[in-house]
Amino acid sequence: MEAAERARLEAAAKEIRKKTIDTIGFLGVGHIGGALSIVEVLACLYYKEMKTDPKAPRDPERDRLVLSKGHAGPALYSTLALKGFFPVEWLHTLNKGGTNLPSHCDRNKTPGIDMTTGSLGQGISAACGIALANKIDRKPVYTFAIVGDGESDEGEVWEAAMFAGHYGLDRLIAFTDANKLQIDGPTSEIMSVDGRPENGGPGGGSDLVAKYRAFGWNAERVDGHNVEAICAAIEAAKARASNPGRAAGTHAASGGGRPTMIVLDTIKGKGANFCEGMLGNHNMNFDYETAKKAIEALG
Amino acid sequence: MENKEMRAVYCDTLKSLAAADPRIMVLEADLMKASGTMPFKAAYPDRGIDAGVAEANMVGVAAGLASEGKIPFAATFGCFASRRDFDQFFLSGAYAKLPVKLVGTDPGVTAAFNGGTHMPFEDIGIMRNVPGLDIVEPSDAVSLEAYVRLLAASGKPAYLRLHRKAVEPIYKEGEKFELGRGKLLREGRDLVIVSLGALMTHEALSAAKLLASKGIEAAVIDALCVKPIDEKLILDWGRKTGAVLSVENHQCTTGLGGALAWLLAGRDGIRFDSVGIHDEFGEVGTLEYLQQRFKLTAGDIAAKAEKLAKV
Repeated sequence: MEAAERARLEAAAKEIRKKTIDTIGFLGVGHIGGALSIVEVLACLYYKEMKTDPKAPRDPERDRLVLSKGHAGPALYSTLALKGFFPVEWLHTLNKGGTNLPSHCDRNKTPGIDMTTGSLGQGISAACGIALANKIDRKPVYTFAIVGDGESDEGEVWEAAMFAGHYGLDRLIAFTDANKLQIDGPTSEIMSVDGRPENGGPGGGSDLVAKYRAFGWNAERVDGHNVEAICAAIEAAKARASNPGRAAGTHAASGGGRPTMIVLDTIKGKGANFCEGMLGNHNMNFDYETAKKAIEALG
Repeated sequence: MENKEMRAVYCDTLKSLAAADPRIMVLEADLMKASGTMPFKAAYPDRGIDAGVAEANMVGVAAGLASEGKIPFAATFGCFASRRDFDQFFLSGAYAKLPVKLVGTDPGVTAAFNGGTHMPFEDIGIMRNVPGLDIVEPSDAVSLEAYVRLLAASGKPAYLRLHRKAVEPIYKEGEKFELGRGKLLREGRDLVIVSLGALMTHEALSAAKLLASKGIEAAVIDALCVKPIDEKLILDWGRKTGAVLSVENHQCTTGLGGALAWLLAGRDGIRFDSVGIHDEFGEVGTLEYLQQRFKLTAGDIAAKAEKLAKV
């Protein structure tokens, strides 16, 4: 990646991060931690990798995104607002009565939201359905999905992982936001779904990359705050995807490719000086002054 | 001519719809053989999806398919369709306004040898909580085909309770049906029996004959739809006869009985009673044994009807 391109994406990520802190800070409470950990991947997707048109949010030829960890909605809303899907002023209506921006994503309320999510584990199943529909219709669109590491405690995530592997959904490119904290504590203490020994997990192939490979996916781990590494992983996944023009097929064994899981090594609350990496930042109260200072510190 | 199995009617109807409409899809959770949809997959391999024994994901996938414009019919045993994937159906399906058609097979005691673990007495009750949902239980092959077609065209999520085995016909080919409308099968002056489903509608018609031999004239309405319920038809006949008896192969309080009690409460002094399951779990046995065990026979209906009519 050229330096200028990298700088452009990093600048986009900074804007998304500032807007996310502002959006939640204006309200005074919200899911700040898990919103800020996915800012870089959102910048890579919406400013480079995804085909989207803010003026035609339901364009059948667009790429789709399912934010399976639906509580991170404010980061996605900030991204969509900056991209022009709806007025930036909407961000200050977050969670207010009658808003188009509920805490958890709603496909019927917000332009650019492809799937209603919030009950953890469900979005990745829906993403499988979206990818399957487009595979059947032989449309060359990609379906992206962002899953949380805490969310991956849900059995449904693994049902979906089996399904995507079996049906060879190679245009499904998913991310796990491995920010290593869940509501009740570190994932290593609560449920070591990404069981790397360096995170205090049991090891022995219990980490997310090994797990997804075992389910028939391509999987790799990247620095989730490094836009260059994220884009490279997405582009590698795209390069592996099969030509949708060939027989829709059914499963990997009949010629379908493999879905891709990109595990994002991230820090929960990344970039907010009052809560970065802090236990308890999943859903927290902070006043607008604190938000403004954090935004100022980002420069 | 032998009556066609209901599951064959379900599959044939979907095949017929799929021939004209590429959006129609079938999803199963390793019960394609039981639901009778193997011929659909044979005819449309890309549109007959077996999700394996993973009902929650199946329903989530169906929601994703629906968001792309597909019309997915996702089936499993009624116990699992309701209990195991309710959150997926509720949120990814109904709340998201996506037209997932969830099909629960083997209603109530028809689960027979699968026993209490597989015997849904609660699926309709669970589903009645979903705002705006269409809940349908056809009573024969003609009504089943009609409602599968109506649900495919509705643009909304739905729950279809499907009796798998063959049953005697009630309706003639060409009969017209509507969502939210029941059918008056028999007129009568002394009470109206409102029944639901293939098993109990046939029992209700038999009960009406038993009652007639005793000089009690029971009207019979085949409810067909629990939600929305046909308020006008049922209230009209409730008022005409002064008594309503609900008859179902399900928990009375949360199923048809609950819907009717809510409809009739405080209305014109209409008397009400219910035949169905009264706060019990299912158990294993032959259908005949279970109908007797849970008091779901024509004789049980007639006995309650007689009491209700004579008050």
